[in-house]
Amino acid sequence: MPAGDLAHYAIVLDAKDNVATALADVPPGRYVLREAGRSREISISEPITAGFKLALTDLAQGEQITKYGYAIGVATAPIEQGQCVHVHNMTGTARTGRGTV
Amino acid sequence: MTDSVVTGYDRGADVFGIRNHIVVMSSVSCANSIVEQIGRQYPDVVMITHQHGCTQMGDDREQVRRTLSGICHHPNVAGVLVVGLGCETISAYDVAGARQTEGRLVKTLVLQEVGDRGRILNTGRDIVAELRAFASTLKRVAFDAGHLTVGLECGGSDPFSGITANPAVGLVSDRLVELGATVMLAETPEMIGAEPALKDRIPDEAVRRRLFARIDEYIEAARRAGGDLRGANPTPGNIRAGLSTIEEKSLGCIIKGGHSDIVEFVEYAHRPTRRGLVVVDTPGNDAESVTGMVAGGAHLVLFTTGVGTPLGSPVAPVVKISTNTRTYEHMRDFIDIDAGTIITGRPMAAVAQEIFDVVVRTCHGTSTAAEANGCREFAINRIGTTF
Repeated sequence: MPAGDLAHYAIVLDAKDNVATALADVPPGRYVLREAGRSREISISEPITAGFKLALTDLAQGEQITKYGYAIGVATAPIEQGQCVHVHNMTGTARTGRGTV
Repeated sequence: MTDSVVTGYDRGADVFGIRNHIVVMSSVSCANSIVEQIGRQYPDVVMITHQHGCTQMGDDREQVRRTLSGICHHPNVAGVLVVGLGCETISAYDVAGARQTEGRLVKTLVLQEVGDRGRILNTGRDIVAELRAFASTLKRVAFDAGHLTVGLECGGSDPFSGITANPAVGLVSDRLVELGATVMLAETPEMIGAEPALKDRIPDEAVRRRLFARIDEYIEAARRAGGDLRGANPTPGNIRAGLSTIEEKSLGCIIKGGHSDIVEFVEYAHRPTRRGLVVVDTPGNDAESVTGMVAGGAHLVLFTTGVGTPLGSPVAPVVKISTNTRTYEHMRDFIDIDAGTIITGRPMAAVAQEIFDVVVRTCHGTSTAAEANGCREFAINRIGTTF
């Protein structure tokens, strides 16, 4: 089966992001992610529900999760490309991020 | 997004209104019924009543006075009658002030001065007749959209707010700022966790310090009330729908402001002195936040909503943008634009263009859904005790 266009299923909000957010339910499979000047294949290993995030690259434990071009938290476990990124494998840092916040 | 000439009413000093409202408003709650008895005889008169105006002190009194005065002198208002009682903390004269412009007629009526109810209603009727006659002499003129002030609000958010309607509004904000307009980003408590993104966009350190101090004050106020704003967001419903952290939720909120630098931070109901993207200190409460921006001079408000709301404002058109198509169809006559089409493949830039086109049409006089539905929510953010 040819790879689907990821843009039909998910949105990447900033070029620096390492997650995409699903606009519709994404079935597992191979997808093409078109970025400025290049395309690459993303393999999605589990169903991603609309509204949830998926990893665009492999992420190590402790690695920053970036959406809108800014940190939305860090990985609390290794995350493989194409896996769902949510509270089971990431956490926020705002409680300690800016001194009092 | 090329058409940047709109039409409105010249209020002098480079200020233009996109509506020509006649307003009858109370300075204190004791005058509310009389305001309604004067105003309800005229379908074109906007009546504004509220629960405040007396036994208030200090900054709290000033914030309420400033809000009422900001509505009284709003660009979209051609004529206003402020009705006071006489013995209250915030008098009709405090609201009306000394400010008069060629493009607006401001009148006062004090119940204890006139005395008799029949005389009060007759006087009110005569003043409204004068205001209507004055307003009818004003005609629309062309002006550049760079003179606009546009408020941004999200209410009844859902997980799609931050990926459909809010980023689309962000593109419109960028365009408006390019045109020289003032764009108001608000809802300070909903900025918790987005400080790194805000920091990058605020070149002036004093502005940054004041905004971050205000965010901290909200966190502290919640703690004193026994809550934790950081723990309360994202809500369990947000998490079930895919939002993971408060950073993610707040970044999805502030994206409405686009990518411009933030040039000023103003208090609730204050008029910004700079053009460009500004932050207005308002709470997340929709009616109080919209009122604060409108009192600060917002000609119109772009309002994104996930679950839908009828909310409008007495003097400023509110443009409602749904984050998903289900809500758009379910609450069709409350919503102006469906940004949920981004989910089914419509380019974000096309939705932003549609929003911009609606802004232009609204300026020219086309009613928004909230205006057509007669939705005129008015709620003042109180910061002190009633004594």
